[in-house]
This record gives sequence, structure tokens and C-alpha cells, in this order.
Amino acid sequence: MAHMWRLVGRRLLLALAILFVISILIFGALELLPGDAAEALLGQAASPETVAALRRDLGLDQPLVLRYLSWLAGALQGDFGISLASRQPIGELISGRFQNTLFLALYAAAIAVPISLVLGLASAMLRNTIFDRLVNVTALSAISFPDFFVAYILIFLLAQTGMFPTIASGVATADFVGRLHMSFLPAVTLSLAVSAHMLRMTRASIVNLLASPYIEMAHLKGAGPIRLVLIHALPNAASPIINVVAINLAYLVTGVVVVEVVFAYPGMGQLMVDSVSKRDVPVVQAAALIFACAYVLLNLLADVLAILTNPRVLHRR
Amino acid sequence: MSDRNKINYLYARGHTTRRSFIASATALGLGATAASGLWTMAAAQTPSPTRGGLLRAGLIGGSTSDTLDPATFNDTFMISVSHAIRDHLVDVGYDNSLQPALAESWETSQDAKTWRFKLRQGVSFSDGKPLTTDDVIASLNLHRGEDSSSGAKGLFETVSDIQADGSDTIVITLSAGDIDFPYLLTDYHVPILPTKDGKADVMSRIGTGLYTLESFEPGVSAELKRNPDAWQAGELGFFDEARILVIADNTARQNAVINGEVDVINRPELRLMQRMARVQGLRAETVTSNIHYTMPMHMDVAPFDNPDFRMAMKYALNREEFIEKVLFGYGKVGNDNPIGPGFRFHDASLPQREFDLDKAKFHIEKAELNGIQVNLSAADAAFVGAVDAAVLMAENVRNIGVNINVVREPNDGYWSNIWLKKPWCTCFWGSRPVEDMMLSIAYRTGAPWNDTHIQIEQLDQLITTARAEIDEEKRRQQYADIQHIIAEQGGSLVPAFAQEVMLLNDKVATTGKYGGGWEMDGGHFIKRWWAA
Repeated sequence: MAHMWRLVGRRLLLALAILFVISILIFGALELLPGDAAEALLGQAASPETVAALRRDLGLDQPLVLRYLSWLAGALQGDFGISLASRQPIGELISGRFQNTLFLALYAAAIAVPISLVLGLASAMLRNTIFDRLVNVTALSAISFPDFFVAYILIFLLAQTGMFPTIASGVATADFVGRLHMSFLPAVTLSLAVSAHMLRMTRASIVNLLASPYIEMAHLKGAGPIRLVLIHALPNAASPIINVVAINLAYLVTGVVVVEVVFAYPGMGQLMVDSVSKRDVPVVQAAALIFACAYVLLNLLADVLAILTNPRVLHRR
Repeated sequence: MSDRNKINYLYARGHTTRRSFIASATALGLGATAASGLWTMAAAQTPSPTRGGLLRAGLIGGSTSDTLDPATFNDTFMISVSHAIRDHLVDVGYDNSLQPALAESWETSQDAKTWRFKLRQGVSFSDGKPLTTDDVIASLNLHRGEDSSSGAKGLFETVSDIQADGSDTIVITLSAGDIDFPYLLTDYHVPILPTKDGKADVMSRIGTGLYTLESFEPGVSAELKRNPDAWQAGELGFFDEARILVIADNTARQNAVINGEVDVINRPELRLMQRMARVQGLRAETVTSNIHYTMPMHMDVAPFDNPDFRMAMKYALNREEFIEKVLFGYGKVGNDNPIGPGFRFHDASLPQREFDLDKAKFHIEKAELNGIQVNLSAADAAFVGAVDAAVLMAENVRNIGVNINVVREPNDGYWSNIWLKKPWCTCFWGSRPVEDMMLSIAYRTGAPWNDTHIQIEQLDQLITTARAEIDEEKRRQQYADIQHIIAEQGGSLVPAFAQEVMLLNDKVATTGKYGGGWEMDGGHFIKRWWAA
């Protein structure tokens, strides 16, 4: 057991180190840009004196390292400074939108993960049957079409009937049921986009294992097909499956701009796109840092779970 | 004019609110009581709006960086919200005529340098605070002075002083005469705000307007509720509530109105209009506007400094083709000057430049520029279809010995890196209610947005004189001369003036007339339309 926790601890430290490096990169990227926040805030018509005064106010006259540390300290407390474009605290801008993005990601995951795993296991057990072919073709078709095309097809099929709204602007103010109803179409679009990857990974890992000698042994001992897959094969296939689920969850949190645009869903992606086009660098920084955190933390979680569920680590000889 | 004719004349000019009707009628020499009675008579001839209901609009033109600070307004969403919750001193009517708003009347001196605005009495903000001269002065001062970063700063350059005279009059002094000065107060950057600690409270949701802002999420939505105590509540503001959504994706916006999730959208895709107009219960409304598309050349850079080359390009521009292929028919031909048919002093007698490759070739040969290579920078950021327009232009001049190399520029940063910087590019101009706002900003020597580097002394003088000319006939002549000079000598190709298109469903009724100052009925649609 001690060996296992050592592995986990090492992985945690690595994740922290990665986040630290990322934060330096994100902060450094801003420094490389011409001009600074004071100039950007005041616009072109500003006199040198006003710019200098604002620089002092914003602490931009401090050395680089000090400024980085104070930015990092602020970010750790959820204070990312002030948006250049709207002059609002960035924390306020982001918090509501990040919750919306998280809600949509979890909603899509709640649909996609169980379905992919069950279908993946089923098609592994029924490999090379009509069912297997059908599931795979459907999943691959869904992932092959661009997100927005899938979204429009869903709108065509489901929204025209008036069952689901196509515009999800109101999610923030709706109650839980209303939220689920309003964001159903974007969630299904995203589910379709990520299902194939998880489903095929599940299928491939299980099919691989089913050919191994110990499964044959279990089969000879008289274990039924369901018991074979769930009790004997699945624990050894867990690690790659967990990994692919984590990668897809990270995608759901960070990569859903297109779907947000199509359904007018007020999430982080839309905020990031608007901020990039307005050169609102502090907001872009904050969003990038949050995305990076989501990626690193989900991967960390996947690795830790993989360590914890790995029979070779659990039952060391 | 008989009284009856006066009434019809006023109606035809879009004076459809009782108050503005009476103001204009009395100006025409009718007694106030007579005018009031006649208004009821004339009003009976138009559909009477019903009160109540919810207006739902889906608009492109909002962003997460939007704020309530009017100095930062630049697109339809905030302009519409602002017009619903705040008022201006002066409004623009349907036909570009001035209408009293928070100022009930105004007068000017002979030289058009001193303007006195009389404030309407008994107006309160939505928090019950009465409107004072201090509020007005602070709101106007936002757009003046060193520290101002307002989008309207250029308009207020001639304002040298703003003072209160008593409790109900504002006196504005200009450094140069300007007959059309009240029009500047109608600009969407210049609503009247409440004051806080002696300064205009730019982020305030409090206004004198017909609606109060119940919720506002930048780049997402705004919810508005009718304020029954607003000073104009008796004549406008028919919907009880309005919900305005930002829907930037064209397909999503169109879907929303087709599926009945919103009642009106702006800027539908023109190539799909024929199909959308066939949808049951939808109708398209088309408004001729002063929005125009241009291809400005720097007149001090070779070969654009050669008047024959410029003339050749003007003949080689196929305007009909531009309207058909780029605007899908939603436009009116331009004539290489910015004063189009929507302006009061548009000169219709100026001969329309025709597409004529022989004349173009003649000018190229006269300039001895056969075989010349030039770059034309284009991006769809200028206007949708700008790149196609540039390619069409290049195809047309291929046969007259000019090689246009179309440079496809990135959309991102187009207005800061390409426009005003590259010697020939594609460009878009928004709508402005009066000629001088357009000319002063782009066609005077040294003007901030002079994108053709035009520098003609006679033109500068004409622009300054026409601005302060009291005699309307003389003024019309001066603006005709200006249009003539720009069309003949200028460096801008103006292929077309745009028509604005909206899609509405049958739950919304309108007067059928629309303000041309900005899209969506000049940004006033929330208070002017009603539930059908």
C-alpha cells in the first residue's frame, strides 16, 4: 500500500510543477506583447502622464518577478484583476460562465460516459455481430461530422417539433429542470462528439484482454460471459478506459466553443473568443489558466484512479 | 397650406407621436388646442397600437465586453437597450427629422454658434429623482475634453462650452457654426444619465426611459420592464416586457425566429431571404439606409494619385453586379460619393456613373498605365462579400490592362492594421443622419478617418460653409457641389448603399416606417413596436 501512495504522491507533485510552468508561460505570453495594460486601457488618445499614473496604480512599474508573484497570488484566491474591455472584475465575469460550462460538460458526460461504456462492453462481447458493426458505424459517423453540423441536424430533427429550445441563453436564471431542458440539445451534441472515442477504447481494451491466457483459464473454469468481462477483464482494462474518459471530459470543459456559439450558450468558450477579438488579455490569461487547471486536474485524477485500480499495484507479489 | 394638408404633411413626415405632432403643428402655425384635436383625427387613420405582451428579439451585435457606459457603445444590442432605458435631448424621427425629447424646444443664434435647449419639465429618473440641468451637462461632458475616450468625441470637437441658464435651459456654445448641431445629440453615445458625486454615472441602470433594466448579462441577454411612470408612457412603450438575446451565429438566429423562440431578428443571411420569407408567419422588412460600402484609395500614393487611374476604376466598377452578387439585390447603386439617396441633400441630378470598360480603357491609356500591377486588400470584416467584390473588380479590369492582385487580409485586426494603412482596401460606413457627420469625419483634410487622404481646399471650405449655412437653397447647392467634387475627383469607389433587412413574425406589429439612423428602427424598436 505504501508503494501505491508513493506513486500517487509523486503524481501530485508533478501536476503542481506542470501548473506552475503553465502559469509562467501564460504570464510571459502577455509580457511579450507590445504595449501594456495601461496603454490598452486608456486607448490611443492618452497622454504619457496619464499612462504613467495608471501604470503606478496598476503596479506595472514593479519588476517582472514581483508582478508575476502578485498575479499568481491573486489567481490562487480567485482574483484575476480587471477586464480591459468591460472594466469589471474578471472573477465575476468568469465565475458564472465557468459554472455554465461545467454544468454542460457534466450533463454531456452524464449522458455519454454510461452509454459509451455499456455499448463498448456490449460490442466487445458481441464482437463482429451486426450489433457491433451498427454501434461502431453510428459512433464513427457522429464523430466524423463537425460539431456544428451535428448540432444543426439535431435542431432539424428535435427543435422543429417544438420539443426542445434551440437557444440556451437563459440557463443561468432557469431552475434545475428548466436548465436540463434548455441545454438538452447542446449536451446531446457534445455527447455524440465524445462517445465514439470512449466506446471504441472500451471495446478495444476488452477485446485485447479476452484473448489473453488468464481469461481462457477463467472460461475453462466455467465463468459465464458476463462474469468474464465484468469481474475478470474489466479491472485490467480500467486504466486505459479511465484515461480516455478523462481526456474527453477535459475536451468537454475546454473545447466546446462551436457548440456554445450554435446554441448561444453562455459559457467560457464564448467569453474567451470575445476577449481574444477585443485584445482583452487579462481575461484570456485567466481563462487559459482555468482551462489548463481543468486539463491537468482531470488527467491527474485519471492517473491516480488508474494507479488505485491497477491490480498489479493493488496485489503486489 | 390648409390645416388638413398640414396634418397630412406632418403625418407623412413621420410625426406620429402626439407630442411631436403638436410641437410641429404649432410650429406650422396651428394653435395647440386645434393641433391636439387634429391629432386625434389624424391618428384615427393609422392602426392604434395595443398595449401589453412580451417582445422577444434575437440580435447579432452584442459581446461579453459590453458595458452600460455609453462611451463604449458600438453595436446594436447596447444601442437598443440604451434607447429603451434612457432618453436623449433630441430624437430622430422616421424621415431624419428632429423630434423633441428631453429638450422640448431649442433655438439658435444667426451664426448657429449658440444653441439654447429648453428642458422638459416634470421628468424623473426611474428611481424618482427629478432630471436637472446638472445631469444633462455632466452627460454631455462625458464626450469632451482630454480624458474622454468616448466614441462620440469627434462629434463634440466644436463644442467649446456648456452652461445652465436657470433651472430649465442649457446653453451650448460652438467654436464653429453648425446648423445641424441638434443631430449630434441624437447620436447613440449621448443619452442623458443621472449624476453621482457631480459626475455622470455611466454604469447606472437608472434612466428616464420607457423601460427599466431588470437583468443584464453582457453578450447574453437583457430583460426590460415597462415603466408606467416614464414621461413618455402615454404615447410609446407598448410591450409590458422585452427580452433581448444575443445570438451571434447566423443559422442559430434564423432558427430561433423560424421556431418561434424569438419574434424578430436582425441581419438574416441575404442569400437565404427568399426561402425564409416563404416560412409561414414570417415577414421581411427592408429599410433603405445610409450604410454604404467603399473601396478607398490613398490619393497621395502611386498609381492612385493619378486622376485618370481613379476615373478608370470608377468606370470599371460594375455596380449592378455588385448589388446582385454581393448584396443579393438588397441595395441601391452608389455614385462614388457618401451622400446617398437617404440624405436630405442627396443630389439626384448628379449623373449616375455607368459601367463602361471602353471609357475605363481610354483613361488607363491616357495615364499611360497599361499593364500596371496594384494590390487591393480585402477581408470580410469590412463587409460580408468584400473579398468576392474585390475579385469581381479584378476580373473586370483584366481586359483593360490593369492587374489587380487581391490580397486576402485576416478579419482579426482589419480596422487597426489594414484600413487607413493599406493604399487600397475595402471598407464599410455606418449610417449617419446628416451629411456633415459623414463629410467632416472622412472627407476633410486631416480628418481622423480620411481613408482616401483627400485634400482639396475648395472641398474643405465648402464643408465648413455648408455646415453653418442658414439659407436652405444655398445649402442644398453647396452639398451638391461637394458631392460633385468627391464623385469626380475623390479616391473612393462607392458601389452601393445597403438596405437593412429584419425578419419578424406575426406576433409583432410596426408602423411600417423605420428610423434609418441605425438598424432595428434606429435602435428604438423596443418602444415603438407593439404586440399584434
